[in-house]
Amino acid sequence: MEIIYVYTRKRSEFGRPCSFSDRPAKVNVDIPPDPSVASEFILRNPVDSYVQHTSDMSEHEVNTERVEVESRGVNHVEGGWPKDINPQEVEQTIRFRKKVEKDEHYINTITHLGTLMEHCVKQNNAINIYEEYFGEEEVAEAEDEPPSAKTINVISKLTSFFNVLLSKRDPNVTKRTATHLSWHPDTCKKLAVAYSSLEFQQNTKDMSFDSYIWDLENPNKPELVLKPSSPLVSLEYNPKDSHVLVGGCYNGQMAYWDTRRGGLPVEVSTVEVSHRDPVYGAIWLQSKTGTECFSASTDGQVLWWDIRKLSEPTETLVLDVTRKGLLENALGAVTLEFEPTMPTKFMVGTEQGIVIACNRKAKTPPEKITSTYSGHHGPVYALARNPFYPKIFLTVGDWTARIWSEETKESSIMWTKYHLSYLTDGCWSTVRPAVFFTTRSDGTLDVWDFLFKQNDPSLSLKVCDEPLSSLRLQDNGCVVGCGSKLGTVTLLEISSGLCTLQRNEKTLATAMFERETKREKILEARHRELRLKERARSEAQETEVEEKPVESPHEVLNRARREFFEVIEVELQRRAQAETQCLRGKVPGMGRTQPQHSLPWGRGHGSASVFQVKDRAGEEAAAQGEESQLLKDKEEEEEEKDAA
Amino acid sequence: AEVEETLKRIQAHKGVIATIVVNGEGIPIRTTLDNSTTVQYAGLLHQLTMKARSTVRDIDPQNELTFLRIRSKKHEIMVAPDKEYLLIVIQNPCE
Repeated sequence: MEIIYVYTRKRSEFGRPCSFSDRPAKVNVDIPPDPSVASEFILRNPVDSYVQHTSDMSEHEVNTERVEVESRGVNHVEGGWPKDINPQEVEQTIRFRKKVEKDEHYINTITHLGTLMEHCVKQNNAINIYEEYFGEEEVAEAEDEPPSAKTINVISKLTSFFNVLLSKRDPNVTKRTATHLSWHPDTCKKLAVAYSSLEFQQNTKDMSFDSYIWDLENPNKPELVLKPSSPLVSLEYNPKDSHVLVGGCYNGQMAYWDTRRGGLPVEVSTVEVSHRDPVYGAIWLQSKTGTECFSASTDGQVLWWDIRKLSEPTETLVLDVTRKGLLENALGAVTLEFEPTMPTKFMVGTEQGIVIACNRKAKTPPEKITSTYSGHHGPVYALARNPFYPKIFLTVGDWTARIWSEETKESSIMWTKYHLSYLTDGCWSTVRPAVFFTTRSDGTLDVWDFLFKQNDPSLSLKVCDEPLSSLRLQDNGCVVGCGSKLGTVTLLEISSGLCTLQRNEKTLATAMFERETKREKILEARHRELRLKERARSEAQETEVEEKPVESPHEVLNRARREFFEVIEVELQRRAQAETQCLRGKVPGMGRTQPQHSLPWGRGHGSASVFQVKDRAGEEAAAQGEESQLLKDKEEEEEEKDAA
Repeated sequence: AEVEETLKRIQAHKGVIATIVVNGEGIPIRTTLDNSTTVQYAGLLHQLTMKARSTVRDIDPQNELTFLRIRSKKHEIMVAPDKEYLLIVIQNPCE
């Protein structure tokens, strides 16, 4: 049945404005129900229908203010005795007790309670309800859980209460960077943190110089406040004597504290013989007296001290790589590294990106510097030896972290990719040989497991929004503390998968490091050969042509451009050939090993570019040789097809 | 009397270290320990029982505390509460 509504208009009325008017409702169509159709329908039984009746809920959040909790003891004195009875008088108490025992209510109660109690006592004796069943079963090696870490504590300096007292007008709380962390050597429940502002000349007058020792049980208030005369940049516990700490100050002095004597330094080194720049590295030495330490700073000196006599250093070393001992040429030191198992050797990371390995026991000062390793573009912020393989060490600086072997001096054996933010600190795991941690200036903590994955960190955690400035792992390898630029120290517990030694891990790690070292050695040898050849060739040329025409810069540019385009063309040709070979179904067996394609990480060495150009030229020749070989093969194929 | 017998019987069970009866004000009526320890146990457990009782009542007003057991590393403290008195037994559940 169609429902049509007809709308008519005269043509002369087209285009006229509409005038709408209200009209009462009018029934246009009325279709009455038709009972005869009902028989064609099937009754539906049951019909699913849902009803909801719940109470209205609304969500609210409540956050209380932080409650300060303090532990106190209570002395419980006997009380509760009725007023007329003196608890000290034995007779009175006995009399009182006897009176209570005569009470009927007492008798009933005790009988009732007695039965109840007996039941439980017998139950205890019958069976131990808390027994551990199946305790001898070995824990299944379910290491499939993804690595994770969780924050266990956040320590942030509450300087608000103290700044308000000093300057009521200044609302800013001057936050200082947590520059160095040191765990207490025995208990690992205490953490010493050095706070200072490393911004150049930005120290406001009301910035405090204090550094704190925190007890982990009480993150609200520091256990001890250390008050040096200038802010501390580095701070270390003495591994032998856990009450003594040494700290390097921002103005170059060294100070040492004894926690039993309070917050003021016991002794401070004299300004004239100390460093002239902030002391970035201070480490205790292994000695019989346990009082020797050494320090390094960006003024280019490494000084050895005996804390009993801080008026002058016992020894000095100038970090001059040219081995002349001149302070002007010296490189500024940013980190120090010392391994107690090798007491005569130590390493220094410099601002210029070079790591210097030194020998303390050398006879003459120039010989103290044994070797240098360069590879970073910026200051080396962290330097650490692998606790399992002393020859392997980690450096962290600019945008990468690099692993070096002491034997290969030209370049690092392994490195991470270039990140988008600076890497500020790093350290090895004390439990697993191939795991290390790094912190970045975007507030992320990365945990790298080099046996598992080398392109990316195994675990990347955003700890806070401000840059992380320091990192320290506890000796058990599970808890790591990171300090940030605004002074917040966060403690994280790493999941057990990353801090328990796996089966074969040591052998695998050894194999990996050896393999990489060998690779670098081979490359180094090849490089050296090439250089020798170049030198030989240039010498031969020199004997023939005495005067080499000096090229003007313009010509040099042209030549460089030409060579560049040649290299690109060669590469394009080679790629085209590789594709055609793939299409023909042949394995593109380019005989030469191509190290730059089989490894997942890039090679950014400028020095290797010469090597690559030569390689390309060689490959082109090989490719052409193979091309002719393939043409012959193709002819053979066609012959076969004809035969078939 | 009966009370004596009951308490003696409980004390004689295997592993039981001590038995204390405390009244509503925290005064120890009967004890097998020395005075200072008794006083300590009485005061502390009395408060704990009060708290436990009120907790049970808060969660379900029709419920009430019948027994309280605290198992620690060294031994188990069992408290049978009543409106006015408390019976405390310290047992070493030897396995």
